[in-house]
Amino acid sequence: MTAITDSGTTPRKATRPPSDNRQRVRKYTSDQVPLGSLLLRLLAGLVVLVVFLLPYLIMFFGSVKTKAEIRSVDPTYFPTEWHWDNYVTMWSTPETPLAQNLISTLVISLCATLLVLAVALPASYYTARFRFRGRLLFLFLVIVTQMVQPAVLTSGLFRQFIALGILDTWAAMILVNAAFNLSFAVWIMHSFFAGIPKEVDEAAQLDGAGTFAVLTKINLPLVWPGIVTAVVFTFVASWNEFAASLVLLTTAGNQPLSVALTKFVGQYETSWHYVFGVSVVAIVPVVILFMIIEKRLVGGLVAGSVK
Amino acid sequence: MKDLAKALPWIGPAVALIAAVVLFPVGLMFWNSTRDISQSGVDDGGVGLANFATVIGFQYFWPILGRTVVWVVVVVGCTLIGSLALAALLNKAFPGRRLVRMAVIVPWASSVVMTTLVVHYGLEPYFGIINSFLVDVGLISTPEGYGWTRHPGTAFAWAMAVAVFVSLPFTTYTILAGLQTVPGETVEAARIDGASGPRTYFSVVLPQLRGAISVAVLINIINVFNSLPILRVMTGSIPGYDADTVMTMIFKYMQNQRQIDLASALSVIAFLVVIAIVAVYVRVVRPLEEV
Repeated sequence: MTAITDSGTTPRKATRPPSDNRQRVRKYTSDQVPLGSLLLRLLAGLVVLVVFLLPYLIMFFGSVKTKAEIRSVDPTYFPTEWHWDNYVTMWSTPETPLAQNLISTLVISLCATLLVLAVALPASYYTARFRFRGRLLFLFLVIVTQMVQPAVLTSGLFRQFIALGILDTWAAMILVNAAFNLSFAVWIMHSFFAGIPKEVDEAAQLDGAGTFAVLTKINLPLVWPGIVTAVVFTFVASWNEFAASLVLLTTAGNQPLSVALTKFVGQYETSWHYVFGVSVVAIVPVVILFMIIEKRLVGGLVAGSVK
Repeated sequence: MKDLAKALPWIGPAVALIAAVVLFPVGLMFWNSTRDISQSGVDDGGVGLANFATVIGFQYFWPILGRTVVWVVVVVGCTLIGSLALAALLNKAFPGRRLVRMAVIVPWASSVVMTTLVVHYGLEPYFGIINSFLVDVGLISTPEGYGWTRHPGTAFAWAMAVAVFVSLPFTTYTILAGLQTVPGETVEAARIDGASGPRTYFSVVLPQLRGAISVAVLINIINVFNSLPILRVMTGSIPGYDADTVMTMIFKYMQNQRQIDLASALSVIAFLVVIAIVAVYVRVVRPLEEV
């Protein structure tokens, strides 16, 4: 009976990859698509490309205009002169200490990322590998924290951090960013750990490796993509955080760029060229980071519900 | 219990972080919502539900609540329709598709504040570049600029457009992930049966996307409901309460009026709304079924 079931399943498994391949070939070659519809797709793709990049192109072109040009009553689409020196002078604009804001953003994001990694890595490994009482409750708690965002809790956090004496410190925002991005990190790494066959662990344990050694020597190299995804996502999310920083960081120099830049709005003479220069500097690196983890972004956010 | 004790060194730090930075503030917020807290932060004793009565009795409360519903429904609805179209396009083969997929990611990675700032600048009277463009293509006729950002109604409408723009990437990627699980055989079978392209999409593909769509919609509802930066930038400098949602009102209580007790009461209301949506998510999506 067992033999029949086995031989019954083996061919099905064996035929799967070819059928996947066929699907792949059909999906990705364009020679079967009529030229008309291919051109239509190309056109639609071009429109999407332009629409999604437009705000950032306006940002970039604006960042090299002079203040007079960006505030001229008959605005120009492209800069008449390219003032790259804006990228040097913008750091000493009087509205807000932008250089300090950049340092704050960097320190908060890096520390929050390290904290998330230190806390989420063991948790995701253990919950993926071992069954224990309270495991589902823990994972449920993690899902709920992803959905409850800091914005709705700022009034509580504000009073709590006053009481702890860490209001208006980097530590406050490091904790907030770490706590609210923990969920993504736990889920994405959990799914990678769960994908490693248990036999791999057992073989290592037979060779005398302890749980910690199994994690660091055997599992880590295999879940590396998951770790990179968790690190990048946490870093970018902390980099862009706004609502909690707005309330919890009260001194101008402690604030991240996202909060600092809002101070330019509604000024009598807004230095938009500087706003855009700083935006370009803040956006380009995180866009590149996001592109690295593009394929795995959804997995951590929807907690394994879309496969 | 012994297995839990063994698990504790591994999950303990995560539990501690969540308890200290998520659960404790929730409790504190509920507590503060029943206290009388002075502007300088001194707790002047319990007041029962008086803060809730003040918040709900505020003459703009119901309009703000109504506007919050409009904000969430319009933004999530438009995002879903746009994302279904985008995902359908990105699921098809064409030269340069990878480039287009990367472009779609840009608003996702970028700071929402910075994306909104560009739009705000573009709509400025006199020198805004979006105004200028709309004049050039003949959609508006006032070259000195329409006061989009000066009126609560128009500023709010533009804020919704920005919110759709920044919500599209996540939703599109989630639906795209769903599309990749639709078996090619089902689409092929429908085509062999003579179904047209749109017919195949609506009666074969779309029903199979139900899971991906419910995940995307529920997460979007929470994100859009909790969104602060877009409205803060677009409508924050307009006096009055004609462009506020629950979330911007919480921050007005907290920052402009320094009434942390009222802010806590409104936050508790917002928190209960979020928990209700999370409950729907857990019931519909069942995220813990296969872990």
